[in-house]
Amino acid sequence: MKRLLLSLLLIVATPMMAEEVVLGLSQDQVAITADFDGSEILLFGAVKRESPILQDPPLEVVIAVSGPSGPLTVRRKERKFGIWVNADAVEIDRAPSFYAVATSAPFNEAMSNVEDQRHRVSIPRAIRSVGAPMGIEDAQSFSEAVIRIRTDEGSYQLLENSVSVDEQTLFRTSIKMPANLTEGDYPTRIFLTRGGKVVSNYETVINVNKVGLERWLFDMSRNQPLMYGLMSLAIAIAAGWMASAAFQVLQRR
Amino acid sequence: MQIYLPIAEVSVNAFLLLGLGGMVGVLSGMFGVGGGFLMTPLLFFIGIPPAVAVATEANQIVASSFSGVLAHFRRKTVDLKMGTVLLSGGLVGAAFGVVLFNYLKAQGQVDLLVRLCYVVFLGVIGSLMFVESLNAIRKSRKNAGPPKRKKHNWIHGLPLKMRFRVSGLYISVIPPLIVGVLVGILAAIMGVGGGFIMVPAMIYLLGMPTKVVVGTSLFQIIFVTGFTTLLHATTNYTVDIALAVLLLVGGVIGAQIGTRLGTYLKAEQLRILLALLVILVCAKLALDLLLEPSELFSIGASGGH
Repeated sequence: MKRLLLSLLLIVATPMMAEEVVLGLSQDQVAITADFDGSEILLFGAVKRESPILQDPPLEVVIAVSGPSGPLTVRRKERKFGIWVNADAVEIDRAPSFYAVATSAPFNEAMSNVEDQRHRVSIPRAIRSVGAPMGIEDAQSFSEAVIRIRTDEGSYQLLENSVSVDEQTLFRTSIKMPANLTEGDYPTRIFLTRGGKVVSNYETVINVNKVGLERWLFDMSRNQPLMYGLMSLAIAIAAGWMASAAFQVLQRR
Repeated sequence: MQIYLPIAEVSVNAFLLLGLGGMVGVLSGMFGVGGGFLMTPLLFFIGIPPAVAVATEANQIVASSFSGVLAHFRRKTVDLKMGTVLLSGGLVGAAFGVVLFNYLKAQGQVDLLVRLCYVVFLGVIGSLMFVESLNAIRKSRKNAGPPKRKKHNWIHGLPLKMRFRVSGLYISVIPPLIVGVLVGILAAIMGVGGGFIMVPAMIYLLGMPTKVVVGTSLFQIIFVTGFTTLLHATTNYTVDIALAVLLLVGGVIGAQIGTRLGTYLKAEQLRILLALLVILVCAKLALDLLLEPSELFSIGASGGH
């Protein structure tokens, strides 16, 4: 950790911008174990600057943590012949499996619309949807549905005013990651803004990995599927036989 | 206690899974159904991805059926000969069913088809069984002697006759083979062992005594679901062994309790309870189709063209 911080310091030491981020993470690895029940990641850091602190506009911090992205199909049900069936479908080109945005002020104050468009920070901008099939007029409602459903299950979070900034220099926040995390690299971006304009940004990656038994089972199911299937069957048969034998003993008594 | 499932990639309560497994296991041992038609929707409901739920459920059914069939073997209520005939038909049907399923998936709307299949079959079988068992109960109350159900119909005119000693039948192998194939096809499409179709078919189409039906049905379900488990594990990688273990620990214990409970009930009562259960599940699924869902949109993985 110390070495990491040191190397970070060395990287940011080269003066390119007036204000830069020095970041610390409580953990840059999330290990999914058998009893994994979500995780809380603490992000903290400092602003490094050469010049005196500008008082106005104040410094704001926006932090975005994103899960692995992939394409999705969103379907909408419609009433046909008296029953509800999937009718229209829209392909979403890229949507992250997890996305959290934490800000030190209301989002619109912390980051202007133009900057949001450029960096794709807000939740709606993190989802990329290119063109819906012909005949679907309200394609917008499909990506809105993705946000609504995933926000309800805690996968998408907008945490306004959750980053605390001290003396325009130190900032910290914590982000709760839900229990149903997918494996992969979680790109994490930190933006420093003044008056809605991005003055500096910083990127790092949080690694989410299955470990131990979870890792072993997952790898086996992919690399030796037949063995895995036979093992599942063997466990099933053994458990069935054991229960039967145990109950027979119990009944004889 | 929360457990993270390695293949399903969700975290669920371990005791909830044990309980679900136990409940479905009791039903399985009592009625000779695998319980898949109950468990699969329940797993969807607690947030397991459908593909994983269907595949893992098959593995769990192997365990509870095996546990149940051992108890039946001891009571000599398994007709091995009949089971083997049904099974050979069943495997052919299952293989054909998988082909049909993939064809339908290519056409889209496979979900709807599966649901409609459930509603139609559960509805028809449930209500037929319910009416029949009510009549049987009424009849047995009027005259004390057991009702004679040995009817001679066209089935007895078919060639290739075989003696099924345990079932007390002397019939052609053609009807059980056809029943096996049809049930196999349906089982593959609906992702279940097919016990809830097989049991009534054995009772009403083949005229087997109810006591033998349950054990024989369990016997053939083991092989059909074992086959399905391997297919899912090798082609879709969707069998979650951690989920299966939790479900089957509850399931095998439940199956033992269920088998013993079953011996306290009369055949007609057993059938009427199964009929009610089937009708209940059918009604739930039908309501889902008829009522406006609270969330019209659903997110699916892409690439399944």
